[in-house]
Amino acid sequence: MSQALHLPAMAAPRPAPTPGYWSMVGRRLRRDPVTVIFCLLMLAIVLSAVCAPLISPFDPYKESVILRLKPFGFRGHWLGTDELGRDILARILYGGQTTLLMGICPVIAACLVGGSLGVLAGYAGGWVGTLIMRTMDVFYAFPSVLLAVAISGAMGGGMLNGMLALALVFVPAMCRVAETATTQVRNLDYVEAARATGAGHLMIVRHHLLGNVMAPVLVYASSLVSVSILLGSGLSFLGLGVRPPIPEWGLMLSTLRQSLYVQPWVCAVPGFAIFITSICFNLVSDGLRSAMDVRLK
Amino acid sequence: MARTILLRLLYALPIGLGVSLVCFMLVYIAPGDPLQTVLPPDANAEMIEIVKRAYGFDKPLPVQFVNWIWRAAHGDFGLSIATRRAVSLEVFGALANTLQLAVFAVPLSFLVGAGLGTAAACTPPGPVGRAMDRLVTGTAVMGVSVPNYWLGLVMVIVFAVELAWLPASGMGNNGSDNFSAFRADDLRYLVLPVFTLAMVPVGIIARTTRAAVLEVRGQDFVTTLRAKGLSEWQVVRHVLKNAAPGMLAVMGLQFGYLMGGSILVEPVFAWPGSGTLLGRAIVNRDVPVLQGAILVLALVFVTTNLVVDLLQAAIDPRVRRG
Repeated sequence: MSQALHLPAMAAPRPAPTPGYWSMVGRRLRRDPVTVIFCLLMLAIVLSAVCAPLISPFDPYKESVILRLKPFGFRGHWLGTDELGRDILARILYGGQTTLLMGICPVIAACLVGGSLGVLAGYAGGWVGTLIMRTMDVFYAFPSVLLAVAISGAMGGGMLNGMLALALVFVPAMCRVAETATTQVRNLDYVEAARATGAGHLMIVRHHLLGNVMAPVLVYASSLVSVSILLGSGLSFLGLGVRPPIPEWGLMLSTLRQSLYVQPWVCAVPGFAIFITSICFNLVSDGLRSAMDVRLK
Repeated sequence: MARTILLRLLYALPIGLGVSLVCFMLVYIAPGDPLQTVLPPDANAEMIEIVKRAYGFDKPLPVQFVNWIWRAAHGDFGLSIATRRAVSLEVFGALANTLQLAVFAVPLSFLVGAGLGTAAACTPPGPVGRAMDRLVTGTAVMGVSVPNYWLGLVMVIVFAVELAWLPASGMGNNGSDNFSAFRADDLRYLVLPVFTLAMVPVGIIARTTRAAVLEVRGQDFVTTLRAKGLSEWQVVRHVLKNAAPGMLAVMGLQFGYLMGGSILVEPVFAWPGSGTLLGRAIVNRDVPVLQGAILVLALVFVTTNLVVDLLQAAIDPRVRRG
C-alpha cells in the first residue's frame, strides 16, 4: 500500500542524516533565555502543586477562630491566614492543583473534540464541513467569558460543570485551527499520491494529515492553557466553578474580598498566584510557537 | 458598497439567529425541568399552569423557539425569578451602565494602545527603540495574563484602601444609582473601573499597531513619500492611514473583550452593570435574567463585529473588492 511510496526513496543514495524537527525545536527552546526561565518557573509551580501534601506547612482545611485574617509571617503563616483562620500558603499550594486542573483538562478535552471535528470538517469538506464550521461560527460570536458564564451559569456551579463549560468555549477555536491546517495539506501532491496508491481515508488521515495538523493544534492549545486558568478562576470568582471549601485561587480571591479593609495585601495573594502562573504559560507558549515555526531559521 | 453591506448583513443574520438559539437552549441545559428553572420555588399549581401556557412548554421545541424569538424581538424576555420585574427592564438598565464604562474605557485603551504602538514602531533602532519594543511586548504579555478582576482588587487596595483617594465601589455618593458623567462627584466612582477595564487591552492594541505600522513603513510608497521630501510627520500620517484597517479589526475584537471583561470586573466595584446583573442572576439561579442578559450582550458583540466589518469596507477599497 503506502509502502510503495517509499521504494524510490530507498533506492536512491541515502542523504546524510539531518537533525529531526523536534531536536531542532528543542535546540531553539534551549537558546531562548526568557522561555527557559519561565519554563523552569512553570515547572516549579506545577511541582509545588503536585507535591502540596509533602511541602505544605499546614492543613488547608484547618480553621481557627483566633487565627483569622493574620498578616504576612504571623506565627509561621508566611502568607497570612484567611477569614476562617486557614493558612493561605497551604491553600495556595493545594489550590494550585485545582486551578491547574481547571487550566489543563478543558484544553485537552477541547483539543480532542475540536481537533477531530476540525480534521473531519477539513478532510470531508462539502456540506459536512460547512455544517460543522458554520455551527462553530455561532459559538465564535460569543466573547469567551460570556459563553463560559452562560453555559456554567445555566448548568449550575461545580468543578465538573465549569470544566465542561470551558471545554465547550475552546472547541470552536480549536476546530478552526485544525480545519485550516487540514485544508492546507488535503490537496497536496503527496496526499493525492497516497490516495492513488489505494490508501483509505483512515490511513490518509492517520499517516499523512495528523502529523501536519498536530503542530498548529498543540501550539494553539498551549496558548489556551493560560486563558483557561484565567477563565476557570474567573468562574469560581463569580460563584460558579469550584465550590467552597475546596481551595481554588479564584474562589479564595472571591471570599477574601470581604476582608479587603482588614488585610488588604493578604487578600491579593491568590490573584498574584493566578497572574504569575498565567504569565508563565503564556511566555512558554510564545516560545514554543516561535521554536516550532519552520519558516524561521 | 451597497453589495458589500448587503452581503455582510446576510452573513450576520444566521449568526444572530444561531446566537439566539444557543441562548434559548440555556434553559434546557439547566438541570431539571425547564419549567422549574423559570418558576419561583414556591409556585402553586395554578401559577405552574399559567407559566406553562405562557411559555408554551406544551408545544414542540421549534415552535417554542420561534415564539421565544418573537417575544424577545419585542423586548419581552419574561420575568425575573428573583425580583419579579420584567427581565428587559433589568437587562437594558444594566447594559446602559456597562456602556457608560465602555464609553470611557474604550477610547482610553485605544488611544493609549495605538499611541504606544505607533511610537514604538517609529522610534529608530537603538537602545531607546529596543526599550520601547520591550515595553510594548511586556504590556501585551501582562495584558493577556492578568486576571482583570484581581487587577480591579489591587486598584481598590492601592487607591481606595491604602491611599483613600477614590471610592472603592458603587456609582455615586450615599449608594446612589443615578449616575451622571457631568457631576464631578460621580466621576470619581468611574475612575477605578474604567482604568481596570482599559488597562487589559492596551498591550494587545499596542503590539498589533506596532506590527501594522512597521509593515506599512517597509513598503515602497513610503520610500517614495520620503524621496518627494515629505516631513517625517506627514509620512507617519500616510502610514497610519494605511495601517488603520488592520488596527480597526483588532479594536473591534477588543471592544468585545472589554464588554466581556466587564462581567468579571463590575462585581469587584459593585458597578450595577450587566456583569453585576449576571453575577446576581447566577447566585439566585435566575435563568430568565441570565438568558436575557447573555442574549443582549452577545447580540451587541455580533453587531459590533458587523459595524467593524462595514467600517473596514468603508475606509479600505481592498476589503470592498475582496
